[in-house]
Amino acid sequence: MVCSAFHAAPKYSSNNPARARIRVISKPLKDIYVPVYAGDYAPAECAGRDKYTIDGKEYDECAFCRASCPSREEFKEPDSGLPLKCDMCEGEDEPLCVKWCLADALVLEEREEEVDEEEEQEELETGLEALADKHGLEKILDIIARMSKKE
Amino acid sequence: MRYAETGINLEIDLTRGNIERVQTDPRDTELYLGGLGTNAKILWDRVPPEVEPFSPENLLIFSAGLLCGTPATGCNRTIVSTISPQTRLMAFSMMGGFWAPELKYAGYDKIILRGKSPDLVYLWINNDKVEIRDASHLAGKGATETAEQIRQELNQPKAQVAAIGLAGENRVYFASIEQGRSSASRQGLGAVMGDKGVKAIVVRGTGDISVAKPLEYLELCNEVLEYIKFRNENPVPGVMAILQGLGSPQEMATHDEKWHTENFMWGNSRERRRDFWTDEIKRAWTQTMEGMRTRLISCYNCPMKCGATISPPGQPTYMMKCFSKLTYTMAAMSDLDFGLRIAQHATEYGVDGFSTPQVMAFAVELYENGILTADDMPGFPSDNEGRFYWLLDRIVRREGIGDVLANGTYWAAKAIGKGAEEYAHNNIKKHEQLPLKLSMLNPVYFLMYSTGEKINITQIEGQFPQSPYPKREHREAFVKEWFQVPDEKFKQYFLDWEPRGENSNPYYPTVQMSCDIVDWQEKMHYIDDALGMCSGLSSFPLKPPYHIHNYPKFISAGTGIDMDEDKLSQAAKRYRTLVRAINISRGMRRKDDKPPKDHWKKRFPELEKELLDTYYGFKGWNSDGIPTKESLDELGLDYVSQEFIKRGILTDSEDAPAEKISTEKEQA
Repeated sequence: MVCSAFHAAPKYSSNNPARARIRVISKPLKDIYVPVYAGDYAPAECAGRDKYTIDGKEYDECAFCRASCPSREEFKEPDSGLPLKCDMCEGEDEPLCVKWCLADALVLEEREEEVDEEEEQEELETGLEALADKHGLEKILDIIARMSKKE
Repeated sequence: MRYAETGINLEIDLTRGNIERVQTDPRDTELYLGGLGTNAKILWDRVPPEVEPFSPENLLIFSAGLLCGTPATGCNRTIVSTISPQTRLMAFSMMGGFWAPELKYAGYDKIILRGKSPDLVYLWINNDKVEIRDASHLAGKGATETAEQIRQELNQPKAQVAAIGLAGENRVYFASIEQGRSSASRQGLGAVMGDKGVKAIVVRGTGDISVAKPLEYLELCNEVLEYIKFRNENPVPGVMAILQGLGSPQEMATHDEKWHTENFMWGNSRERRRDFWTDEIKRAWTQTMEGMRTRLISCYNCPMKCGATISPPGQPTYMMKCFSKLTYTMAAMSDLDFGLRIAQHATEYGVDGFSTPQVMAFAVELYENGILTADDMPGFPSDNEGRFYWLLDRIVRREGIGDVLANGTYWAAKAIGKGAEEYAHNNIKKHEQLPLKLSMLNPVYFLMYSTGEKINITQIEGQFPQSPYPKREHREAFVKEWFQVPDEKFKQYFLDWEPRGENSNPYYPTVQMSCDIVDWQEKMHYIDDALGMCSGLSSFPLKPPYHIHNYPKFISAGTGIDMDEDKLSQAAKRYRTLVRAINISRGMRRKDDKPPKDHWKKRFPELEKELLDTYYGFKGWNSDGIPTKESLDELGLDYVSQEFIKRGILTDSEDAPAEKISTEKEQA
């Protein structure tokens, strides 16, 4: 397992897996290995305390979660407790954990977020209609005109 | 600021329950590096030869290697050192896994245990907080069981645990220290831990380790990883499968055991079974392995997968690596199913997978030859498998005959008498060896078996092929991309080495070449053991990613110490000599530097004498194997030579070069 050790340098100046933005949540005797990279900060615990059984192995719901969250130690700066978030090793060609995972457990796959333009249009219209109902169309147009002048 | 190392040792006096953080001298890092090197210095300084292995004055040192905790790939070894109850010499066994880096992140390079705890305890090291905690509820528990239980009761799933089982608690001379997927097994370190009343050392660390020049260091790590990738894709041709790649021999991955089962000895290292490996056995053993092996696993920061989790149906899961796969199977003349099942018990009990099966096979042989009788072993089963379980249970509890056998074959034979000594035939310096019996003397291996002070062939061999390639064109291909050699001459040594004829064993490699080859191989192991590098990426395999040319760069960029090849070689020689000095002060001499008597059928006393004489001279030792005053002083080990003269180990006349003295002695 190279990922969590190899991750954290040189821009972080020192080596410390406790600062790594990738973890392998592992219970070797139960054959549980889940690599997780740090996602968003969650200010509060969620209610998810389910257990999942996959291939006869029982996983805590938390094992799959990428959040830095008050319920656990993962993805917090060991000194300050501030949340850590993976930046995909910005500036490198690819995340270092992926590069050196010779077991190919980690792969980098870019997924394009498909934004449905029509849907967006629809949302905007619904919002504007609601505003016009409340304040009157005239008023809304005035404000939009003023806003566009400012810009 | 200290780079790569923390500069802090934890000194724990178990008698008084005192814990201190002690700053170490950075000059010692320059002279002895770390790990084994600085362990040897501490043992020399603080454990005089009068101290018995089970004395409170004996130290048990757990050391992370100098580069553990840095991003150096595969650098994760813990070097445990003490005085061995079995050999009565300095013991240094190593373990991989995750423990050493965790210790560094907790802020310590070493834990030095002295004294004895009146009650069974475990140590809980959580960064700055260090506690000695009651372990009475863990007494008698298995090593893996103990680790799991402690993690649960501390609610610390990420803590790394090194623990002993029942064998260590009962001071079995070949008890191991187990640590998840690895163990420090040889020479009875677990017995000393048990004697000190320490069930486990639990570590959790979340601090930083910095290197002096991060950018350079990372670049070196990248080169190593690239080369590992290259080597994984390009196995060395012409050698058996398990020696083609990197890592520790890939015993967990491989199913083809023709070579081991037909060339290594079965039983009490006696019987060679030349036609053992049939298709039927291959099928059955493959099925066994695939039925029990849940996964191939790695150590900290290493892309290799040398270990495995093994789940024998109906038994708890445990972790295994390397040749312990076959040691129980072959000693008991049984099959792989038995071997993998009994190894689970042995791992929980915490015993060495090399010595233990041999001790049991030795007992079976004594029984079959009427030296041990039904009176000695009431209720001894009639089947081999049953006998091994019976013996194992008694050895780790020191019950009845088990109490005698628990001291290993050498001491057991002495206690049993009645000619039992002849059956303890596979030892070097009182320590059980791999079950190998060969025909023609190999001069390189003769020197390694005789003089290796780890007393284990796998911990000194490596780098140089074990046997010549039949065809010159293959040898030429091999040396073409062999940049790891410290000197071009090694390529020529190999090119000219033939399987038969003038340039073959035992007279080729020549005496001088043999000295060069052994010295190179040993040096790389000693460097690994100071840096904490796994020999599987360095000193053991052919064409490894770490070698004498990039190590100095790693040390320079890592620690900030200005290192070059000469300085590194000199440092390795310094602490290698210090290990020898510790053993010399404990009475080890030339008489002890010998392989098992029956290791080779064809022996050459004159050649062997010349080999030892020349090698001693080459190493700066006199004809009795004692480092000379001149060589000690040249290494800056004046304090050793002074002590040797004070103790009468060296006198002025014995300081002459080795060869000269040996002739004088012969004349006298």
